[in-house]
Amino acid sequence: MTKARLMQGNEACAEGALAAGVNFFAGYPITPSTEIAETMARLLPKRGGTFVQMEDEIASMGAILGASLAGAKVMDATSGPGFSLKQELIGYAACAEIPCVVALVQRVGPSTGQPTAPSQGDVMQTRWGTHGDHSILVLSPWSVRETFDASVLAVNYAERFRMPVILLLDEIVGHLRERVVLPEHVETYPRRKPKKTRAEGYQPFAPDDDLVPNVADFGTGYHIHVTGLIHDETGFPSGSPAVTAEAIRRMQEKIARAGEGIVHTEASFMEDAKWAVVAFGGTARTAYEAVRTMRARGGKVGLLRLMTIWPFADAVIARLAKQVRGILVAELSYGQIVHEVRRAAAGACPVALCAKYNMKAFEPAEIVAGIEKLMGGDVK
Amino acid sequence: MSAEQTAERSFERYFRANRLPHLWCPGCGNGIAMKAIVQAIEKKGLSQDDTVIVSGIGCSSRASGYMDFDTLHTAHGRAIPFATGIKLANPKLNVVVITGDGDCTAIGGNHFIHGCRRNIDLTVVLFNNNIYGMTGGQASPTTPLGAKATTAPYGSVDRPFDACRLAEASGATYVARSTAFHVRHLSDMIAGGFDNKGFSFIEAMVQCPTAYGRKNKMASPAAMMEWMRDHAVMKAAFDKLPDTEKSAGRFPIGLLYQSEDVDYDTAYEVVKERAGGAGK
Repeated sequence: MTKARLMQGNEACAEGALAAGVNFFAGYPITPSTEIAETMARLLPKRGGTFVQMEDEIASMGAILGASLAGAKVMDATSGPGFSLKQELIGYAACAEIPCVVALVQRVGPSTGQPTAPSQGDVMQTRWGTHGDHSILVLSPWSVRETFDASVLAVNYAERFRMPVILLLDEIVGHLRERVVLPEHVETYPRRKPKKTRAEGYQPFAPDDDLVPNVADFGTGYHIHVTGLIHDETGFPSGSPAVTAEAIRRMQEKIARAGEGIVHTEASFMEDAKWAVVAFGGTARTAYEAVRTMRARGGKVGLLRLMTIWPFADAVIARLAKQVRGILVAELSYGQIVHEVRRAAAGACPVALCAKYNMKAFEPAEIVAGIEKLMGGDVK
Repeated sequence: MSAEQTAERSFERYFRANRLPHLWCPGCGNGIAMKAIVQAIEKKGLSQDDTVIVSGIGCSSRASGYMDFDTLHTAHGRAIPFATGIKLANPKLNVVVITGDGDCTAIGGNHFIHGCRRNIDLTVVLFNNNIYGMTGGQASPTTPLGAKATTAPYGSVDRPFDACRLAEASGATYVARSTAFHVRHLSDMIAGGFDNKGFSFIEAMVQCPTAYGRKNKMASPAAMMEWMRDHAVMKAAFDKLPDTEKSAGRFPIGLLYQSEDVDYDTAYEVVKERAGGAGK
């Protein structure tokens, strides 16, 4: 283990990416994510990597996609307004199956909103922000140490599934400073390589057994074609309805097939719980304190924390809804993830919302009040 | 087939035969410009394995699919940022960008000027047909004043960009122009761009008889090429023209600007040295 350091969440994001092998970062300044770019600007050239500050949010997204195709492991970081601008090229990365990680440190929106007060209002944008059917993988850590781990995981998943992965932070976690001890070594997922030569009939977008293609890096002699048009296994555009349906199905299925192994959640005080709070990111920290308060009063309340936001923890929530009498969803928005929890709970128990959208993080007492209201007179 | 004929068609190895014929209209100038690029590649002996063709969206940008290299057909306006990422991640690659007037000077205008400013080592070839062809003939930032387009049915009142002057002012270190009529000259201008280590910009004037010519009383491709022949003037001669003739629709071709500024890759190597990461 390395020695303990006082570290900020945004710095841990950059450190995790570097540990996972990221050697190219393109960015554009925007609060509250800027420290990620600043850390990368300082550390990447020390390690032989490349940092470039691009002219806008779209250009930084384009640059990481080009770098990824040329063989680099890549990251970009932004906040809500910048994330809105990146949407077209996030869809490009999904369609052309280009590994990349975009760190999104949320602040209050819409529009310029409230820079840079905490919010969790970009959850649905990470899922559906770009046009068209596509799959996405979104991870949201709750501490500085876990931001490091989630950053490593995001890079590894991007490489494994060849798709954009969003590291969804909020201002609370991004600007949080904690004492951390980072691991000396982390597991990394190497760039996928072609399994056939050109002479053997290599097709860059032919799926492997896990439905993910082994696309050759540029400059390795394969002469591949990459496009954001719907394409067949050769990589060239196709106007065929069957090819189109298969391309869209495979984009969804490669994530669905990975199953619950990529859906990371953490249960606290859940063994005997009759009531549950569901939360993620910075809000989960407050929810944890609220649950401890309820436990001290004898209330059988537990916390289910979502670390993977998308794909959504459908099966975990379905099981939870059968275990407890009611679920409280706490989130710093007018209510986004609550709709997913209700859908997954499928009526097995009531699902209430504890929403906050006034620039301020939750106070434990607010979530306690939400739990008590849900419980009615049932203190046990 | 004689050895001479074989040599004459040696450019064919740079194309993906199974992707041809191309989708461009009869009489379009894009094919001429595309061939001029591969002839420049052949002339300079660039390796097919180490050369990447990057394009945006529009008629011009379909060229990448026909060319037998690693090729990248990006999103509208974004070819230069993608190309920048490729070049920075693997500086040994020759990165060629094919773009159009809408792609490069409208939606991609910000990327264009910043690519020039950064002096990133790319060769950018702009196929300028003065119109949005793929979408059926809307006015672009290079549509001449008064010319008609489907979105300028009474004649364009938007003042056009001179893309070469824009490139020079923004920091490009090699700026040249030629036309589909002057095809060997065009290829030479592109080859000169490959020699420049830095941002090289070549504007290739190409005819669009379908979307531009028909609306502007030049429906025949030959008539459009004759217009290029009659209005393009080599830079040295153009500079000596009286101002009245310069403004009569004539435009300069040839090497318009060159400078020796340091390119981005070289500059970033210095950053790595300062940071202690050189050679890692």
